[in-house]
Amino acid sequence: MKKDIILGGVGGQGILTIATVIGMAALSEGLQLKQSEVHGMSQRGGDVQSNLRISSDPIASDLIPEGKADMILAVEPLESLRYFNMLNRETGWLITSINPFKNIPDYPPLEEVLAEITKLPRYITIDADRIAQTQGSVKAANIVVLGAASPFIGLKYESLENAVRQLFGKKGEEIVNLNLQALKAGRDFAEENR
Amino acid sequence: MDKLLLLGDEAIAQGAVDAGISGVFAYPGTPSTEITEYIQASKEAKERHIASQWSSNEKTAMETAIGMSYAGKRALVCMKHVGLNVAADAFINSAITGAHGGLVVVSADDPSMHSSQNEQDSRFYGKFAQIPVLEPSNQQEAYDMTRYAFDLSEKFGTPVLFRITTRLSHSRSGVKRGEMHPQNELSLPSDLKQFILLPSIARKQYDVLLGKQAAFQEESEKSGYNKLIPGKDKSMGIVACGIAYNYLMENYQGEEIPYPVLKIGQYPVSRRLVREFYDQVDSVLMLEEGYPVLEELFRGILDEGKPVKGRMDGTIPRSGELNPNIVGKALGKEIAEGYPVPSVLRGRPPLLCDGCPHWDSFGALNEAMKDYGPGRVLSDIGCYTLSALEPLNSINSCVDMGASITMAVGAAEAGLVPAVAVIGDSTFTHSGMTGLLDAVNRNVPVTVVLLDNSTTGMTGGQDSAGLGKLESIIKGIGVDEKHIRIIKPLRRLHDENVKVFKEELAYEGVSVIIPRRECVQTLARRMKLKHAKKKETKESVNN
Ligand code: SF4
Repeated sequence: MKKDIILGGVGGQGILTIATVIGMAALSEGLQLKQSEVHGMSQRGGDVQSNLRISSDPIASDLIPEGKADMILAVEPLESLRYFNMLNRETGWLITSINPFKNIPDYPPLEEVLAEITKLPRYITIDADRIAQTQGSVKAANIVVLGAASPFIGLKYESLENAVRQLFGKKGEEIVNLNLQALKAGRDFAEENR
Repeated sequence: MDKLLLLGDEAIAQGAVDAGISGVFAYPGTPSTEITEYIQASKEAKERHIASQWSSNEKTAMETAIGMSYAGKRALVCMKHVGLNVAADAFINSAITGAHGGLVVVSADDPSMHSSQNEQDSRFYGKFAQIPVLEPSNQQEAYDMTRYAFDLSEKFGTPVLFRITTRLSHSRSGVKRGEMHPQNELSLPSDLKQFILLPSIARKQYDVLLGKQAAFQEESEKSGYNKLIPGKDKSMGIVACGIAYNYLMENYQGEEIPYPVLKIGQYPVSRRLVREFYDQVDSVLMLEEGYPVLEELFRGILDEGKPVKGRMDGTIPRSGELNPNIVGKALGKEIAEGYPVPSVLRGRPPLLCDGCPHWDSFGALNEAMKDYGPGRVLSDIGCYTLSALEPLNSINSCVDMGASITMAVGAAEAGLVPAVAVIGDSTFTHSGMTGLLDAVNRNVPVTVVLLDNSTTGMTGGQDSAGLGKLESIIKGIGVDEKHIRIIKPLRRLHDENVKVFKEELAYEGVSVIIPRRECVQTLARRMKLKHAKKKETKESVNN
């Protein structure tokens, strides 16, 4: 088993939370893990990216080679485009939220962004903000996207659920349930629209 | 024991705690900050009373660590590569005094300049100081090597430089811990003159250092962090330093590497291993992150030996960090291609946070500067450096920590009026204070804007050394009280603030304006904590 995932988004959108959940789930299944993150300057509303590698065999590089990523998991559509060069042409999935984060003056028209994504052979685009809202909080949009990616990550769904419980446990039952529902809603959407 | 999931930085921190340090001394700087933060948050470190407060700058950190080593205990010093320039005076001299308790200096280099102003390679500093340098290739090695570094330091009575690069600092993986080493007892050096670098003693100590060089090399041969891995195809040999080794391995998933590989994790590099390696191969491929430090040595000044491929002939790009693709291409491997990046993609540069006090400070400054025209604001390093970009376009320089005030003094002496310096509270105590003293002594017309957000915002909100002390420091340095102006950077106070700026810009002497409002990030964090505490006490009262 080996999955190389590029996580993309804008600083503050919660991609490191996604990385942590996947990481915890992978560890609980006895897998190896390498995850590189961004720190410092790039977090202030700039683009952020994380390389997440899970495997049953030892992992050498902290960075995923170009053209070898099994998945681009983005919480913002424009940011998903930034890593097209990383995606494996034969097998790669792109999972992204369609909710733009417009903090630059020249953000291109959303249709143009989505048009590029829908040219790919394997993708899921999801209105994560709306779905998260219906589950109780737009803050859980990142977990919705994770849910949408969950059928393709190669981990047991229960492992992801347990990781969500573990990670949000400190914040109380209510937050845990909200995120579990968000995860499920994202997954259901992906299962219906894959 | 279970594996811990640690960043490279955290692996070093845990390694140091387990090596029995009694203190970590550091100034925050990406990509090194998390080492100290980890120790600050560690329960074990607290139980062991490990000193872990931030230092005012890298030089004071280095010197404090030398003091702890003098007293027989193990000390860790952490900084980013450019911080080593600040600490350089003390650092180089620590090689002459030698160490008593283990003394390890971590310098985190930032190839590709993810958040730095240059790419400098700390291995040069190790060579310059003539001390051993260690360079891990992965998180587990980062942990193990840190422990080894302290043993090495005490074995030879020398400080050890520990070099990492951004990618390892900020990537996490499983790390297996070893046993905990007890902390050293307090003790004084057997030679009480060892740390006195008077010329007569320094000369002697310098000879001692030179005398250790052969042993350092010998140790490199035995250490196991330098390894010659045999390969059948001798048409080429590969030298892989530090993290470059993991990119090399990535290109040979599970297969044996056909070429001999010299894996390097410790310097000075073993001559015997290099000889054995060089003699059996027809050409050399150099993989090292940062400068072509070893490549230059392999080529020699005339470059007449066996062909060497690397950064100097363009096989590897001359700048920037390495990655599996760059290494794969250098190996002549076919590189997978992803999809082309669509042209509708736009850049998304970092920006000051929403609600950041700097917006209002620069908003007012920009307006006050309109009367004078552009090109007069010398800045420093911190979040506020982002005001160089759209939409603020406020500042005209950023050279090194503390350079704003001193550059403004130079510009003022050149006749630039007004000359404005912009500096943050943390940077001011790091290395702005001395510059302010120069300004006062020269009595040049500079306006210093001391942006006080009560934290070190850029690196994530570490304590700022001057908290609550800025006015008294400035007064003590000799700035006229009438020209120390405190304003509150808020949108609604814009006009008032512009007026203050204008008044001080017109003053022909040294003035300091302090826009004071807390960083919204640390404020939010504090409020959250307060809220949580309140809830806790409420609950405990109810129970
Ligand atoms: S971290 Fe603080 S100081 Fe830095 S931009 Fe954000 S609010 Fe401003």
